[in-house]
Amino acid sequence: VSHVQRDGEATRVARRWYALLALPFIGLLWPPLYVRDEPRLGGVPFFYWYQFAWVVVTAALIWLVVRATELPGDDDPERP
Amino acid sequence: VTTAVFAVVLLAAAGLGFAARRWRAHDVTSLEQWGLAGRPFGTALAWCVISGGVYTTYTFIAVPAVLYTSGALGFFAVPYTIIVYPMFLLAMPRLWAVARRHGHVTTADFVRDRYDSAGLALAVALTGMLATMPYIALQLIGIRVVLEAMGVSRPGLAGDIPLVVGFAVLAAVVFTTGLRGPALLSVAKAVLIFGTTAVAAGWITWKVGGPGVVFDAAARALPEREPRPGSMLLAPASYSAYATLAVGSALALFLYPHTITGVLSARSVRAVRRNAALLPAWSFLLGVFALFGFLAIAAGIETPRGRGALAIPLLVRSMLPGWFAGLFFGAVVVGALVSAGIMAVAASNVFCRNIYKEYLKPSATARQQVQTARAVSVVVTMGSLLFVTGLKTQAAINLQLLGGVWILQTLPAVGVGLYTRWFHRWGLIVGWAVGMVAGTAMVASAGFVAVYQVSIGPLQFASYPALLAVGLNVVVAAILTPILTRAGVPRGLDATDASDYTPAAARVSAFTMGAP
Repeated sequence: VSHVQRDGEATRVARRWYALLALPFIGLLWPPLYVRDEPRLGGVPFFYWYQFAWVVVTAALIWLVVRATELPGDDDPERP
Repeated sequence: VTTAVFAVVLLAAAGLGFAARRWRAHDVTSLEQWGLAGRPFGTALAWCVISGGVYTTYTFIAVPAVLYTSGALGFFAVPYTIIVYPMFLLAMPRLWAVARRHGHVTTADFVRDRYDSAGLALAVALTGMLATMPYIALQLIGIRVVLEAMGVSRPGLAGDIPLVVGFAVLAAVVFTTGLRGPALLSVAKAVLIFGTTAVAAGWITWKVGGPGVVFDAAARALPEREPRPGSMLLAPASYSAYATLAVGSALALFLYPHTITGVLSARSVRAVRRNAALLPAWSFLLGVFALFGFLAIAAGIETPRGRGALAIPLLVRSMLPGWFAGLFFGAVVVGALVSAGIMAVAASNVFCRNIYKEYLKPSATARQQVQTARAVSVVVTMGSLLFVTGLKTQAAINLQLLGGVWILQTLPAVGVGLYTRWFHRWGLIVGWAVGMVAGTAMVASAGFVAVYQVSIGPLQFASYPALLAVGLNVVVAAILTPILTRAGVPRGLDATDASDYTPAAARVSAFTMGAP
């Protein structure tokens, strides 16, 4: 029972991490925010490199959230 | 040289596909073994298998084609394939856990247990099959475009012989190995696509004079496009279309049977979760690939009107050495075969579990289910071949567009169902039906384009019709739910338990129930 309670507590604390996942939605779903040519990066217009940057940032954010909320039970259930 | 290298790549791929018979060999005695390869894949292999289904060759041909003909609007593929992964992280580990716990192979399996409703499960199953079939056909079209650019395929029946051979081999691989063949090939796909794309992008960009030149060329050429001018930067009139296409497509992506098949074939919740962070590497690649459309403009590639899909193969053939073009085309075709293979497996899983076992032969043994799925996979693969050779390409593209609209209508039952059972099952069924009809009507009235002009009084904007349809779907289900509940219409019993959805529970229950 204590083990289950500890898991429950861990889940509650861990939930806060998931708020980070809102960032890509804010950064990407309002095009007026980023539809412009300048500043260019190595010749690439802002519109394009900004969205490429979000791919990298989102992957990093998700990795952070995944690792911060990983539980031992996430691994193979057949080999606990 | 191009054709020789191309042929070598494909022969190697065919050999690899059949070699999968011995890979992780075991008796294929259940559908979980044939159709999910026995759920064996750790993080790295799951990354290959999921991406092998998700990032299809047709996507790799069609997205740059949109940039080539219309410009920035086609780049919605990038925000689409970014925002999908936070949602993936929220939903897919739950689906994996509950599916593992209850032996689900399809989303309709889950819906049946969750809502105690064979009708809702049938709706989900039929939608999934309907959405997958044209998608398989489009992979064939992708292959045909490549063959055409190589000069191998000519219009007419005889020109499709290489295509027929390729798909016959694919059908044989899928029949014998189930998901294992496409899974093994997906590793080759990952290596080939990443390698050739990186080299081709760098090489061609350098040859035409650098990124600045490429975007300037696109900015000059796109406004001249007929019949509709395009633009290198997104036009203000397209803002809402861009955002709704991204959201709607992202919500729909992990409802397709072939994407679910990839996810459910993972070994653990950990593999699924980590892939939420690792799969975006493919989104970056897709973004690079999308810009091939602008490279084609900068390189002065001209395609016949309405054949923008030819731009990328022609670009590669004209700008790069023959041997490399052969490798590139080989990569693209292997990619198509992987996607089509996973889709065929997924559609067969759905048919076998949710139609054959549910309605045609409820007493079917595990072995009979596998036999049925095998037979169906051949019918599906060959059926799409007939479809492509017999019907107009445009019909398949239109149906695939509709497929995206349709599959999103399963979101309330599947996606929302992973979190809450608040909706009444009959509310979901009626909502689904309304969404299907409304979505189809919107797409048809817009002339089979992905953007629908909404105009309600002063409210005027462009939107992806799938998103509007699923909004209607949710509203209908939400209105009907309290009415039906109050009227005493039975809600059915939930065969799943709240603890089935969390990974810790998956461990504990497997422990206490005895690992299967």
